[in-house]
Amino acid sequence: MTDQAFVTIKNAAKSYGSLEVLKDINLTVSRGQIVAIIGPSGSGKSTLLRAINELDPLSSGEVWLEDVQVNKKLPHRQYEAHVNHVRQNIGMVFQHFNLFPHLTVRGNITLAPRMLKGLSEAEADRLAEEQLAKVGLSEKIDEYPSRLSGGQKQRVAIARALAMKPKVMLFDEATSALDPELVEEVNLVMKQLAEEHMTMIIVTHEMDFAASVCDRVLFMDQGVVVEEGPPSVIFQNPAHERTRNFLRKHLSR
Amino acid sequence: MDTELILRVYPFFLQAAWVTVQLSVLTAILGLVCGALGAAARLSRLRLFRAIGATYVSVIRGTPALIQIFILYFGGPQIGIQLDSFAAGTIALGVNIGAYMTETIRGAIQSVDRGQTEAARTLGMSRWETMRKVVLPQAARMMIRPLGVNINALIKGTALVAPISVVELTYTAQRFIGSTYKPFEMFLLSGVLYMIIIYVVGQGINWLDRRARIA
Ligand SMILES: Nc1ncnc2c1ncn2[C@@H]1O[C@H](COP(=O)(O)OP(=O)(O)OP(=O)(O)O)[C@@H](O)[C@H]1O
Ligand SMILES: [Mg+2]
Repeated sequence: MTDQAFVTIKNAAKSYGSLEVLKDINLTVSRGQIVAIIGPSGSGKSTLLRAINELDPLSSGEVWLEDVQVNKKLPHRQYEAHVNHVRQNIGMVFQHFNLFPHLTVRGNITLAPRMLKGLSEAEADRLAEEQLAKVGLSEKIDEYPSRLSGGQKQRVAIARALAMKPKVMLFDEATSALDPELVEEVNLVMKQLAEEHMTMIIVTHEMDFAASVCDRVLFMDQGVVVEEGPPSVIFQNPAHERTRNFLRKHLSR
Repeated sequence: MDTELILRVYPFFLQAAWVTVQLSVLTAILGLVCGALGAAARLSRLRLFRAIGATYVSVIRGTPALIQIFILYFGGPQIGIQLDSFAAGTIALGVNIGAYMTETIRGAIQSVDRGQTEAARTLGMSRWETMRKVVLPQAARMMIRPLGVNINALIKGTALVAPISVVELTYTAQRFIGSTYKPFEMFLLSGVLYMIIIYVVGQGINWLDRRARIA
């Protein structure tokens, strides 16, 4: 792991009308680092995550991926081309999987690589097999998403994101919609990614998982980062009252 | 009931039914084209196109189809549009049903979960690639049934071109009533033929819908 800044968020602010959802947030994530974002509902975690790939553009501030500014101000056409390009480097996994129901697992994984990277059918198939093997679902390659369990769906969604060979992965409560017994299989895939030194930013309500996988934890409340640090500090010895209150409710131990 | 009369005139009604079928098919095609363009306009990023789409829909839906047909057929020549009755009827009906189809198609597109678009855009796909490969294939399945409802209305709506003398089922019934004074038989005969056309088309749409569901 190097200390080189990989994802940088500078003075990020976002409002919906008069509602300030993010207030002057700064965050630097270095290559291979794994950052968890925790905080109460409505604190702006998803908004911050979705600002990183311009799904919810910031009102002001900057987002950088390495030396490329993600939220560059450009004329419409150039802007579209620019975000389409940088998004290929930023994988995202959603709470509700968002698999394409009209495509098989193979189709879900190969659609974007074929379209955007011009892979041949054979290359795309190989890619799909490779990614599915990684998430342990090789035998499901020709299934439709409707025939998969929630945990399997999320693993396919991860494989779909990884197939673009992203530099960083964003997870927005990847396991929140899952039955408890299906959470672990998804967590295992994420742990495996961690071992491969994938740079990850993970919004989660699972404190145990955050504690065991992440290098750093950010606690957000009302649009600001209240405190951040290594999991050992944030979970065992938080400096702020708000953090303690939140953890009291969420640590089941 | 005068069955002998029915047997004597039915070939004319079959011919008229064929005109109704042609009118329906051409109107449906034109309507789908207008509907697709209208939906594209209503969902456009550009305000001007959205305004054009919204105006089209509200003007067409806010006035009687009969008036639209009359404006084109009777009023057209005044502004240099000279059309025969069949062409005028087809165009007016097509543009009319297109407004309803605009809303059907737009509704189906908008009913596709936003998460689908987000997932595709996140992978780096453009707006258009996302529309074509992710949203439209899902919307297409959802629009078959409501478009079927539009087409059902359109077939019945073809009766509205009778007043401009297109020799279709309703016009033919009226013409034979003039000479036979048997409105019951004549309207019954055309009604039955409408029903058969609508039934066959309805079955076709059911078949399409089932197929789309399996795939
Ligand atoms: N499109 C929107 N329009 C208006 N307000 C929004 C919009 N999206 C989010 N918000 C508001 O922004 C605030 C932050 O939302 P966000 O989804 O980022 O919270 P969160 O921390 O992810 O919460 P949760 O844990 O429930 O997912 C909330 O008050 C929410 O109501
Ligand atoms: Mg959220």
